[in-house]
Amino acid sequence: MQHVIIGAGPAGVIAAETLRKTDPSCSIKLIGDETEPPYSRMALPYYLIDDIDEAGTYLRKSDTHYEDLDIEIIRDRAASVDPDAHTLELESGATVNFDKLLIATGSHPIRPPIPGLDSPGVHSCWTLEDGRNIAQNASKGSDVILMGAGFIGCIILEALAERGVNLTVIEMEDRMVPRMMNQTAGNLIKQWCLDKGVSVLTSTRVEAIEQDAGRLSVKLDNGEQLGADVVISATGVRANTGFLEGSGIETDFGVLVNDRLQSSHPDVYAAGDVCQGRDFSTGEFSVQAIQPTAADHGRIAAMNMCGRDTRHQGSVNMNVLDTMGLVSTSYGLWMGVEGGESAELVDAEGYRYISLQFQDDVLVGAQALGLTNHVGVLRGLIQTKLKLGKWKDHLLHDPTRIMEAYLGATQSIGHNAALL
Amino acid sequence: MAWANNVLRVNLTEGTTSNEPLNMEWAGLYLGQRGLATKYLAEEIDPKCDALGSGNKLIMTTGPLTGTMASTGGRYSVVTKSPLTGAVACSNSGGFIGAELKAAGYDMIIFEGKSPRPVYLYVENDKVEIAPADEIWGQSVWAADEWLHKKYQDPLLRIAAVGRAAEKGCLYAAVVNDLHRAAGRSGVGTVMASKNLKAVAVRGTKGVGNIKDPGAFMQAVNAGKKVLAENAVTGQGLPTYGTQVLMNVINEVGAMPTRNMREVQFEGASKISAEAMHEPRESDGKPNLVTNAGCFGCTIACGRISTIDRGHFSIENKPQYWGASGGLEYEAAWALGSDTGVDDIDALTYANFICNEDGIDPISFGATVAAAMELYQIGAITKEQTGGVELKFGSAEALAWATEVTCRGEGFGLDLGMGSKRLCEKYGHPDLSMTVKGQEFPAYDPRGIQGMGLTYATSNRGACHLRSYTVSSEVMGVPEKTDPLVTEGKPELVKAFQDATSIVDSSGLCVFTTFAWTLEDIAPQVAAACGGDWTAESMLEAGERIWNLEREFNLAAGLTAADDTLPKRLLTEPAQTGPAKGNVNRLHEMLPKYYEVRGWNEQGVPTDETRQRLSL
Amino acid sequence: MLRALQIEPEKCTGCLQCELACSYQAEGVFNPAKSRIKVFTFHDEGRFIPYTCTQCSEAWCMHACPVEAIVLNEETGSKDVLADVCVGCKVCTIACPFGTVNYNQDTKVVYKCDLCGGDPECAKACPTAAITYVDADHTGLARMRAHAAASAN
Ligand SMILES: Cc1cc2nc3c(=O)[nH]c(=O)nc-3n(C[C@H](O)[C@H](O)[C@H](O)COP(=O)(O)OP(=O)(O)OC[C@H]3O[C@@H](n4cnc5c(N)ncnc54)[C@H](O)[C@@H]3O)c2cc1C
Ligand code: SF4
Ligand code: SF4
Repeated sequence: MQHVIIGAGPAGVIAAETLRKTDPSCSIKLIGDETEPPYSRMALPYYLIDDIDEAGTYLRKSDTHYEDLDIEIIRDRAASVDPDAHTLELESGATVNFDKLLIATGSHPIRPPIPGLDSPGVHSCWTLEDGRNIAQNASKGSDVILMGAGFIGCIILEALAERGVNLTVIEMEDRMVPRMMNQTAGNLIKQWCLDKGVSVLTSTRVEAIEQDAGRLSVKLDNGEQLGADVVISATGVRANTGFLEGSGIETDFGVLVNDRLQSSHPDVYAAGDVCQGRDFSTGEFSVQAIQPTAADHGRIAAMNMCGRDTRHQGSVNMNVLDTMGLVSTSYGLWMGVEGGESAELVDAEGYRYISLQFQDDVLVGAQALGLTNHVGVLRGLIQTKLKLGKWKDHLLHDPTRIMEAYLGATQSIGHNAALL
Repeated sequence: MAWANNVLRVNLTEGTTSNEPLNMEWAGLYLGQRGLATKYLAEEIDPKCDALGSGNKLIMTTGPLTGTMASTGGRYSVVTKSPLTGAVACSNSGGFIGAELKAAGYDMIIFEGKSPRPVYLYVENDKVEIAPADEIWGQSVWAADEWLHKKYQDPLLRIAAVGRAAEKGCLYAAVVNDLHRAAGRSGVGTVMASKNLKAVAVRGTKGVGNIKDPGAFMQAVNAGKKVLAENAVTGQGLPTYGTQVLMNVINEVGAMPTRNMREVQFEGASKISAEAMHEPRESDGKPNLVTNAGCFGCTIACGRISTIDRGHFSIENKPQYWGASGGLEYEAAWALGSDTGVDDIDALTYANFICNEDGIDPISFGATVAAAMELYQIGAITKEQTGGVELKFGSAEALAWATEVTCRGEGFGLDLGMGSKRLCEKYGHPDLSMTVKGQEFPAYDPRGIQGMGLTYATSNRGACHLRSYTVSSEVMGVPEKTDPLVTEGKPELVKAFQDATSIVDSSGLCVFTTFAWTLEDIAPQVAAACGGDWTAESMLEAGERIWNLEREFNLAAGLTAADDTLPKRLLTEPAQTGPAKGNVNRLHEMLPKYYEVRGWNEQGVPTDETRQRLSL
Repeated sequence: MLRALQIEPEKCTGCLQCELACSYQAEGVFNPAKSRIKVFTFHDEGRFIPYTCTQCSEAWCMHACPVEAIVLNEETGSKDVLADVCVGCKVCTIACPFGTVNYNQDTKVVYKCDLCGGDPECAKACPTAAITYVDADHTGLARMRAHAAASAN
């Protein structure tokens, strides 16, 4: 059996490893277009602040990891796929045959239609290459403008602030991380950043970027004009599906798949940021573009490619963010559901926040600020659809007692548990 | 080293806080907690000051072993001048906040002055905040606890607070921590409330790390844990039955003070005993006791967690009391039960819950109700004062009502909140107050246990069993059996117990360990943790130093040898039943000898020689 | 034979000796706030439940880690955090459905139970044998695993 994987990010690598574990004798080719050994984008922020060197971003630490697992790495770029012929073309002109193909090409940053976006000094922060460029130009004391306070933007924000740059964040929505946190929490994060000396402009758009005597000048829709040495664009991502045009493989926001992560062609699968997989909470198919989902996908797609029928129940959308020491998390249907109930506690001065969303007596979503202990149990509660029973009332009364609710609802033990 | 070497000083008048290093010279002499904080208090306040005035200070203090893995190493004390006795007050409590304070990096907090408005103190490691408490002032301890937990969204925040009783001036109000552990005696909560300080909330994530000799320490700790586990009292009796294991024992010895100490045996004892707490009740088949519980680091776990019968009149329509909470300890069961003649275990548990909820000392409270019941019986108090309630011995309804009004500081509850001494004076029968230095008796009748008479009379904080628990020797035979009805040898026994207890109370450990441990078991733990020359002998000497320090504080506060006495009833009215039948307490046979073995003159004042010997 | 921590909450008194022992061996400090095992108190019910990592075989934390900072200890079966590799992204803390990987804001890396390399201190410290280190096929463990599996699917 010949397995080919396009894209050597986390989804591709985990899939390759799972294939090897499940089928010791198959052939595995992992095609990646970046020059470095497979690395993790998530580690870039830590590379930016010199917490780790380049090798620290690598997905696997052993030099011979892929060799040891007999995974062939091909450094090239897939140009097109012919599913029926079971072949794909590489940019170098070579052809690769496959029995089963996994598309794990990830996503790329969106380039908003802003005049001047291709000026030198404007970067994305998506690849190691980008990381190196930013590290070179955004030095201590330089003026940096970050376009976009979404999840990725906020992650880089921390790194930039630690580099000691003068940072201005511009977000067109009315709060920070608008797709991860609600008004209350998003604004608390904003306030926190302001307190730490980062200037944050929400409900503001960049209209144009101009070059101005070796520097950049950023024009805002409020008429203001800001000078900058570096502009970083983090305004969202889009799946890498371009090379599938004409292949017959159906795409929407990403590659369309079924519960086995199989695309419209039975021998082609998709995983990770490029895959429009099932969302656990909504039951709909959507692109999540987060690491744990890429890992889920990679594993499950590989199982199915080996003929092990494995259903993907859907991944819980979840994020954790550290904005200069303020840790925020969000899970599932954090915005709540119609007819559901919710519990909320706000301590604005203390920068603490928790909000839980229930449907009947099941937790379906959550957001928190400043919660670092046992936060994973929120995922457990959501993903197991645990019926909380009386514990829901406890949580409505005091939403901080999540761990107790989880344990209380799952283990009815205690000295006189039978009696209570 | 084990000390955090850090004192937090909170000036409530100014609303400021500051840090200072611990006085290590004093730590070498007084170890920590009770001894060391008393030294600070004695040096810093005028002993004659008004206990409820801004001149008094309140010290929340840990010991060097607090927060370590030494078994029971979670204790803290509240040290201040008592409004109930006018003497030094030192109330010790378990739970978790003591260890938390240590883990936050402090040996003690010294509260000074008086805040112009209600506040609470929030401590999170180095972050210290005096914050407005308007939203919890006028609320119970439990309500304050919940509010603070929710405000900080931290289930692990440890909280000590005062309730409504303290705010309303009840003279035996407690500082309650972790919902149902309390620095209970002598009105330390009243002092806290008088400073407009509602609560102290602590979160410590630094831990306790500076152990002098970690290897030796863990060895001593493990050896100590083994001794506790293998001892019948600390290994079986206390975990299974709690301190309530004593109820039937003491009743049989004929030392169970009953109905304001008129009698020495209670016919209802078995109905409110440890065994009764284990009995499934008729209504729902559940026993009163849900489980035993440990304080921080404690491998004994004597704590009681109980529920009340949901059908019981006291909580019938009050679902907020249907859950489990701190259950009856022996002293509470005695004071609320036998001393008032009430044998309804649910009523006692209810009263106990409410004492915790609003922070009062159940011993002083129960004994005050007992006095009020006697005053009612003789007609000195009538329905006019009680608002129609029949305040009769044995009435569970009267007890429940009295608890509620006292805890909330309403109506006749304000009279009960004065304590037995002032109540009996107000209603014209001072002799009916069963108190020493203004503090109510605990649960051992000194007619049946002679040594306890001397214990009470000479206790530095007024009548108290925790200053020298000679019951250990006189009833249980630990460390060796002495005859409870004999006075000979008791002065020496009392002194030894007083000195040993003083130092145990200064270490961060629980005094209950001493059912199994001697200072020989404790000294290696202290020495390994603290460094320095801590042996059983040097600890005993430090204990004696502490005792004398407290004595000198009291003398300076205006107390005299005349205060080292017992109520007339115990000296003149013989026990009517049981093994002690015909006995009164023969204090006069013990007191002069006691002064002598203490190295005090006939006025009970430490001689110069004694002062020098103890480096006072 | 792999061994595992068996927890019998009905025996627990909430004394935190396990947390003290754990934090002391892992951090050199008596510090429940940094303990890998946590005891949860159910005040209204008079219950205490010690809880720590179940070392699940398909460990969520391990799979979610982007830099291979959580690895399998072949000898004990535990999933161990390599503190020098961890970048502190916290993804594992939100991925573990049992909430047993936690982030330390001081060290900026995560920590979790590693079975003390095969001789867990919590089990030795517990005065009531509520925590024991037993053969992995013991029924208690089967129950925890079943529970873990139920959470997984
Ligand atoms: C700065 C940053 C921080 C992040 N932080 C977090 C975080 O904290 N938490 C979180 O959950 N997620 C985070 N993410 C997102 C996370 O990194 C992605 O969800 C994850 O990398 C997706 O993995 P993947 O394997 O699907 O795609 P990728 O990691 O993007 O890998 C896809 C690979 O395929 C290659 N490729 C693309 N097209 C082709 C082609 N035609 N031929 C060959 N190769 C191709 C790409 O170059 C790439 O190497 C972050 C991302 C960034 C950029
Ligand atoms: S930390 Fe959580 S996910 Fe990781 S092995 Fe333990 S229980 Fe499983
Ligand atoms: S916090 Fe550390 S161990 Fe956890 S996922 Fe991130 S890098 Fe891995």
